[in-house]
Amino acid sequence: MNQVAMNEAQKGLVVKQAGPLALIQDAGRFGVGHLGVTQGGAADWISFRWANWLLGNALNSAALEIVMGGGLSFETEREVRLALTGADLDAQLDGKPLAPNTSFKLLPSQRLVFRQPRQGLRAYLAFPGGLNAPEVLGSRACTAREQLGGLHEDGKPLKVGDRLTWNGAAPAVRRIPDSQGPRMPASGCRLPIVLGSQIASFSGHALFQAFNQPWTVDNRADRMGVRLTGPALHGSLTGIISEGIPLGAVQVPPDGQPIVLMNDRQTIGGYPRLGALTPIACATLAQCLPGTKVWLTPTGASQAQGQYRNQLASWD
Amino acid sequence: MKPNIEMRIETAAMDALMVRLFDTIDEANMAWVIGADQALRNAFGPALIDLVPSYTTLLVHYDCQQLNHAGALTLINQALSGLKPVDTQAGELHDIPVWYDESVGPELPLVSKRAGLSVDELIEQHCNHDYCVFALGFAPGYGFMGLVDEALTTPRLKTPRRKVAAGSVGIADRQTAIYPLLSPGGWNILGRTNVPLFEHAKRGEPLFRPGDKVRFRAISREEFEADGGDTTPMEERP
Repeated sequence: MNQVAMNEAQKGLVVKQAGPLALIQDAGRFGVGHLGVTQGGAADWISFRWANWLLGNALNSAALEIVMGGGLSFETEREVRLALTGADLDAQLDGKPLAPNTSFKLLPSQRLVFRQPRQGLRAYLAFPGGLNAPEVLGSRACTAREQLGGLHEDGKPLKVGDRLTWNGAAPAVRRIPDSQGPRMPASGCRLPIVLGSQIASFSGHALFQAFNQPWTVDNRADRMGVRLTGPALHGSLTGIISEGIPLGAVQVPPDGQPIVLMNDRQTIGGYPRLGALTPIACATLAQCLPGTKVWLTPTGASQAQGQYRNQLASWD
Repeated sequence: MKPNIEMRIETAAMDALMVRLFDTIDEANMAWVIGADQALRNAFGPALIDLVPSYTTLLVHYDCQQLNHAGALTLINQALSGLKPVDTQAGELHDIPVWYDESVGPELPLVSKRAGLSVDELIEQHCNHDYCVFALGFAPGYGFMGLVDEALTTPRLKTPRRKVAAGSVGIADRQTAIYPLLSPGGWNILGRTNVPLFEHAKRGEPLFRPGDKVRFRAISREEFEADGGDTTPMEERP
């Protein structure tokens, strides 16, 4: 496109180098599970919401979920204030490091680079008023396997030459209180799990092992599911009649190694489950690099709801 | 026939409950599952985030800012206390044209050999039944259908394909289904249809709904091509 002929609103942030995975995400797709359409949406929804909060956006505005960094770089065509939260991916603006959990100004032709994870796995980059992208089934979230969402409505990650534009609203400039911002998990972190589903089918020994030793986050981990490795958990069931899968469901296939089902999980499935991680625990797990030790800590649904409501209240 | 229903409600997640109606797969279940689906949608109204029915269960994901766990339990019990089956004759019957050919259905020889049938007899058998849609899942618009004639029962491939073409019609155990879009998969593929399942799902109007019936109809390569069907052989996909 001819730069001179472009009006301001058409200008944006252009991808100069594509990292391993950067996806447009919002809160996800809801009310479509019965169609076989997955939820999608920002995996660390807490950091994602903070990013929008920093700019005064509606909290579910479309933003960028950047995994690992890996050299992903942008050049800006117009002045803009962006907000960056979540993982510390060693982000630099024209070679100067950017602090996570703040908003910052970019001037035309400045270059923004995401290098490598120093803490956490997924960073969120929010834009004034939210990113422009077509809505599909009520959401702009990219789900690669389903070929839904994103700039080109194919669910694909950002590629070189893609131009991100935003909704244009004048941003607020906010700061996150030190005591409140998103924290990246440390090894040994706790993942609260609401017990249920087929938990009664597991042996007493398996249940003891499930909750009394740390699990290791495997490198077989993506937006569909995160595999945990440790002792093999066995029970009386190897498969069940396929049934709906909630976010965070901890399913145990016949090899006994649990898989936590995340935002892009399939809508129904047939392995026995211990229960489901709370949404807050899912956000934590989404930031765990392979090798991180995690504990599954049982909690009650009512207690988990209380903590969830408290979390939501932090953006009021 | 009225099945013996012993409903159970289980905790599935912080803000999700599983309603369990049956313990086995049976076409007769569907009238009750669909009845429960309608009753739950009406009862929860805007407090419902997602409702995912399957063969024997319904997963109720509710908005925990509007309802607490106990409130959701009570609402389910109230909604389903007088549960009645719907009239499954009301489900649609779909006629699905399929080009059965080894180039796009590489397991035609395997499945027919296992069944002790010729390929033509296998095709006839696969077309000779109104399959019930039990559940939607796996991919947008993907319907799990059955039950396939016992003779055609074939386990999933030991190694799933990385790419199964959109429109592929397959069998796994006693179930049959159509892949709405290019995806990995381990079902035994018999042929290909040009029915746009994915496009329907993308608009929020799935072609198949639980309780619908599906009948496959064999068509020629010429008819498939005339309808705009993609004849690229399965194994030649990039």
